[in-house]
Formats: sequence, C-alpha cells, structure tokens
Amino acid sequence: MIEPQKLVDYATSATTDVFSTMLGMELEVQASSLDPDFPTINDGVMALVGLAGSWTGAGVICCTAAFACKLCNQFIGTAVENVDEDVLDAVGEVANMIIGNFKTSIEEHVGALGLSVPTVIYGRNFTSRSIGQNSWTVVPFHCGGEVLEVRVCLAPAKEPTAPRAGYSHTSTVLA
Amino acid sequence: MDVLIVDDSAAIRKILRRVLQQAEIPLGQVYEAGDGVEAIESLKKQKVQLILSDINMPNKDGLQLLGEVKGNPEWKDVPVVMITTEGSQAKVLEAIQLGAVGYVRKPFTAEQIKEKLTGII
Repeated sequence: MIEPQKLVDYATSATTDVFSTMLGMELEVQASSLDPDFPTINDGVMALVGLAGSWTGAGVICCTAAFACKLCNQFIGTAVENVDEDVLDAVGEVANMIIGNFKTSIEEHVGALGLSVPTVIYGRNFTSRSIGQNSWTVVPFHCGGEVLEVRVCLAPAKEPTAPRAGYSHTSTVLA
Repeated sequence: MDVLIVDDSAAIRKILRRVLQQAEIPLGQVYEAGDGVEAIESLKKQKVQLILSDINMPNKDGLQLLGEVKGNPEWKDVPVVMITTEGSQAKVLEAIQLGAVGYVRKPFTAEQIKEKLTGII
C-alpha cells in the first residue's frame, strides 16, 4: 500500500515544479481531499494521462478555460483569449509533465509504470465517469484567483502483466 | 547545424525551437516531427547534425527512434539528446546504452538545454 500522503506530496511537488520551472507561475497548494467521483466540470479544460503496470490508474488536471489560456500564454508565449489548438496542446503537455514526474516518484513504491499520451477535453456542461471504485486524491492549487485541480488515482492491477515483447509501455495503456 | 526536434507536443517543439534560436550555436535549419515515424521520414529527406527527441510518443517512441537512428549507417553519428518526462534510472540507462549522448528531464529550463548543447557541440 502507498501512504495517501505520499500521493499528495508527489502530486504537489510535480505540479509546483512544472509551473515554476516552465511557466514561471507560482501556485498556492490548498488542502487535499479524497473524492470517490471522477471530476465533473461545467465549463473548462481537463487533461487525462493514464498509468499502467503492476498498479493502474490515471492523473487528471482540470481548470477553467480562462486559466488554460493563461497557462498556454505563459508556456509558449502566445496571447490567446479563447481555447484553441495551442491551448489544448499546452494543457496536454503540462499534464504529461506533471503526471510523468508523479509517475517517476511513485515508481519507487510500486515498480515500473507506463504513461499514456494525454487526452484533453474542452467543453461546457459535460460530465465524465471513470469505471472502478477507487477514490481520487485531489490536490487544488490557487493561482491569481483561479483554481487548478490535480487528481490522481492509483490501485494495484487486478492482473499485473508485463508489457508484451515488441511493445513499449505507452502502447499498452490508454490510447 | 541543422536540428530535428521530435515531440508529439507542438508546445514543446515551439519552446525548443526558441531555445535553439537563442543559444549561442551555429544554427541552420530546424525541422520538426510529431513522432518517431515522422522523424524517420524527415531524416530520409534532409541531413541533420543533432536530434532532440521525446521518449513517450505515439506510433514510434523515442527509444525505438534512437535504436533506428543508431542502427543506420547514414545517421548513426548524429548525436541524439532525449528530452522527456521519463526519469527512471532504467529508462536513462536504456537511452544511454542505445547511444543517446544526453538526457534532459522535463520540466526543463532554457539554460539546461543550452548547457547540454554546449557540452555536445
């Protein structure tokens, strides 16, 4: 078992590291919590990265469309005010770096994990659902009046398997 | 020096292109590819003197690309630097054993990239 605080600590350090190093943005970490439900966003951007190996799960970052635009502008020097392809790509890559670094830390406890390519969702009034009964560790961050949520969910795989010969880890996780 | 940037993130490709332009190196053309398959197609069309590549990409990942580059007589001497979120010792070792000359973890600063390039050039 992994101590729940470890999930919080690794998610927090990965997020603050990415934002300070590549975006030059300081985040204020807020109290973490456990949530049995997949995030439901009414209007915003969500990026999901899958994790697989002897443990399986996923990491998600969620924010408003406005914050996603600000993130993109800081990341690649654009001046966008509406979500476009650049914004979706930037949010996806930020999620990739946060969950990727989280993965590197958690591997010390659970062994090697594969990382999927990010999936980014943008819209209004949408709901989402993950199949399974594991809770999500939620770590909120405040930045300039906006909220970024980082969620991770990880549990032992029911049937742990090694990647098949000839396939890389990324090809065996979520497409 | 002509460079090929390989990453499925357009944002990272933009950032690396900007870093290359700001670095004190004799920069020629900068080519981009979104995955290992596109990278191989690019290498068949134009010569480069440096490859910067991510590892986790769809279609053909960075380690598969690295293996193909080092296994091709035309490309085997092109230095390849991995720029990736993968931080496990096993992955770093695998990349070095396949022939990567450098490994930079994401997130990175412009200075880290420039320092790595200086060491190679």
